[in-house]
Amino acid sequence: MDKILLIFKREYLTRVFKKSFLLTTLLTPLAIFVLVLVLGTIMTYDSDDAQTVLVSDPGNILNGDMNGSNTISYQFSDKDLEQIKGEYSKNGEFAGILYVPEISDLSNRNHTIFYYSDEKLSIDVNRTISRSVRSKIKDYKIVQLGIDPSQLDKLNTDITLDPEPISADVEDSTSDSTFVRAILGGAMGYIMFFIIIIYGMMVMRSVMEEKINRIVEIMISSVKPFQMMLGKILGVGAVGLTQIIIWTVLIMVLSTVAYSILGIDPQEMSELAANGANLPAEMENSTAAEISNIFVELGKVNWLMIIPLFIIYFIGGYIIYTSLFAAVGSAIGDDLNEGNSLTMPLMMPIILAVYIMFKAVESPNSSLAVWSSMIPFLSPIVMPARLAADIPFWQIALSVALLALFCFFSVWIAARIYRVGILLYGKKASIKEIGKWIFTK
Amino acid sequence: MNILSIQDVVKRYHNHTAVDHVSFDIPKGKIFGLLGPNGAGKTSLIRIITTITRPDSGQVLLDGAPLSKRTPEEIGYMPEERGLYKKMKVGEHLKYLGRLKGLSEKEVKTKMDYWMERFEITNWYKKKIEELSKGMQQKIQFIATVLHDPKLLILDEPFSGLDPVNTNLIKDEIDRLNKQGTSIIFSTHRMEQVEEICERIVLINQGKKILEGQVSDIKNQFKENLYKIKFDGEISQEVAQRYQMVADRDGHLFSLNEGQTSNDLLRELLAANITIHAFEEKLPSVNEIFINLVNESKLQTNG
Repeated sequence: MDKILLIFKREYLTRVFKKSFLLTTLLTPLAIFVLVLVLGTIMTYDSDDAQTVLVSDPGNILNGDMNGSNTISYQFSDKDLEQIKGEYSKNGEFAGILYVPEISDLSNRNHTIFYYSDEKLSIDVNRTISRSVRSKIKDYKIVQLGIDPSQLDKLNTDITLDPEPISADVEDSTSDSTFVRAILGGAMGYIMFFIIIIYGMMVMRSVMEEKINRIVEIMISSVKPFQMMLGKILGVGAVGLTQIIIWTVLIMVLSTVAYSILGIDPQEMSELAANGANLPAEMENSTAAEISNIFVELGKVNWLMIIPLFIIYFIGGYIIYTSLFAAVGSAIGDDLNEGNSLTMPLMMPIILAVYIMFKAVESPNSSLAVWSSMIPFLSPIVMPARLAADIPFWQIALSVALLALFCFFSVWIAARIYRVGILLYGKKASIKEIGKWIFTK
Repeated sequence: MNILSIQDVVKRYHNHTAVDHVSFDIPKGKIFGLLGPNGAGKTSLIRIITTITRPDSGQVLLDGAPLSKRTPEEIGYMPEERGLYKKMKVGEHLKYLGRLKGLSEKEVKTKMDYWMERFEITNWYKKKIEELSKGMQQKIQFIATVLHDPKLLILDEPFSGLDPVNTNLIKDEIDRLNKQGTSIIFSTHRMEQVEEICERIVLINQGKKILEGQVSDIKNQFKENLYKIKFDGEISQEVAQRYQMVADRDGHLFSLNEGQTSNDLLRELLAANITIHAFEEKLPSVNEIFINLVNESKLQTNG
């Protein structure tokens, strides 16, 4: 036990105090933060400066009123089209001329309007003008056809499908909650997938390095291979946890900063979330309302159950896969590329689990989702995706029990492979040979 | 009293027997040579002694007791293929390996300081292993092997890659440790070193023990009654033929015939008209014995 602790300490400290660890741990959230800010700016960015468009509207369809945007402002002209064209010059005071001909037949569903300019019509300008003119023509037609706008408005109905439980002991939910939980589940499954791959590979490479530079020969005269393997797996795992904790803290701090930069007030958000039910009428269906709904739903999620379970599945999945990656690392020769045929059998269930995870997010209670969250190779990735949806207790209990049992089993198998593998040099072992190692004394 | 007693040890791998019913004893406080060509089973045997692997049958006693969990702390093993963590600092690394051998933090510090001073490398503590040359790394490996004052020291090719100065340095340390009572197993192919260092040897080939004993006894056992004589003058054809005289590097070799003693030869030569400068028995080198025996056993298995 003492020796495992010593090995654990070395594996942990040498990694945590490496420059590259500090850099990735501190810079990754910063990079994401900067990326989000840049993306946000790009998305809201339209054009360099507003262009003025001269509008000729002989039929007065637009009613002398067009709402401009940050890119385009409109200026109406009573002059004749030909006269305005004469005033146009490239790079002059207006960018182009919008000509809206009169509408002769109100039943005609197509109306061609013209844009005169020597510059190419950009997609952005095209979209903005078409959209504004369309809504203006609609208003025009409503008036011309003598339709009551308030009657027309009544034709639009928004549908909310609200799932309601039948039995009293089942928690009530909304479609928003299902959606939010699916996103949350998918995110957790995905995080698990990345952790397993990244840290599995890290353990594997580190085992190979020890074998290649022959330090194992010196180590195993003092410690058992099993102690070496377990110390390494636990040490690297602790590095992973450290990184996750630092990231969580950093992301919380940075998102507060990002909120203030992007002009979202989290205080207001949570207040909105608190009175989510009685939102002001004009807020309904607006983006702000949707965001506040998400906060309401996130608040309803049973974090006290999900977080510990997520950590349990993290530990389980981590131990199962990294121990097997360590075993593979011990069986590979000096060349990492040679190892592909050995890492493949490990990568396949991981990738399979990710695909099942996507399905499980869509329908958390399908039999595919239920059964694959029992299989220890798949459950660490599939189960977190289902956790946000309320699933029966017996499923969680059985899945965790199987996972724990399989942890011991995979560490046992891995230790038997590792103990033979690290002492062999030269070519990598075949899967058949590795199978034999498991059963030799 | 024996520090180590190997009793009928067998170790089989999938397709061959690496150690085949080997038994021998290593007396306490001696430097013992474990010899054999590549693939003879030396490393397999050492791995059994150091509890890295377990024998299929037979047993090993260390200082009279069967091998146990405590065994690694009583043995210092420097393998032939050896490495260190390249990114670690010398001081950290020695501390780590010492702690793994069961030393306390304080003990490690005292012993490390002692050895660093002995090797005059006290300015290396903060150096990274990767900054050291191969020979320098070997010194660190040696210190790591002896740091915990093992009862039994197992050195596999300890001088490979060392320059003559450092070879001597390590050789002196081995002698000094031996005088202080440490038993040493010395495994090598370099036979001149065996003769220089070891008192007893065991020779194994293809998993079997083929020779064991005191180095001087073995040499006598394999002697061919050859005498090397340096002289000035002429020896008659007849005498030269009778003693099968051949020229050696700095003298001539004479072999005795059945029933003759060295005195008979000397008497005959004194009678001849020559001046004798040197007269010594020519014993076979361990190297010659080694090669002969290995070839013999090869012939046996092939025939």
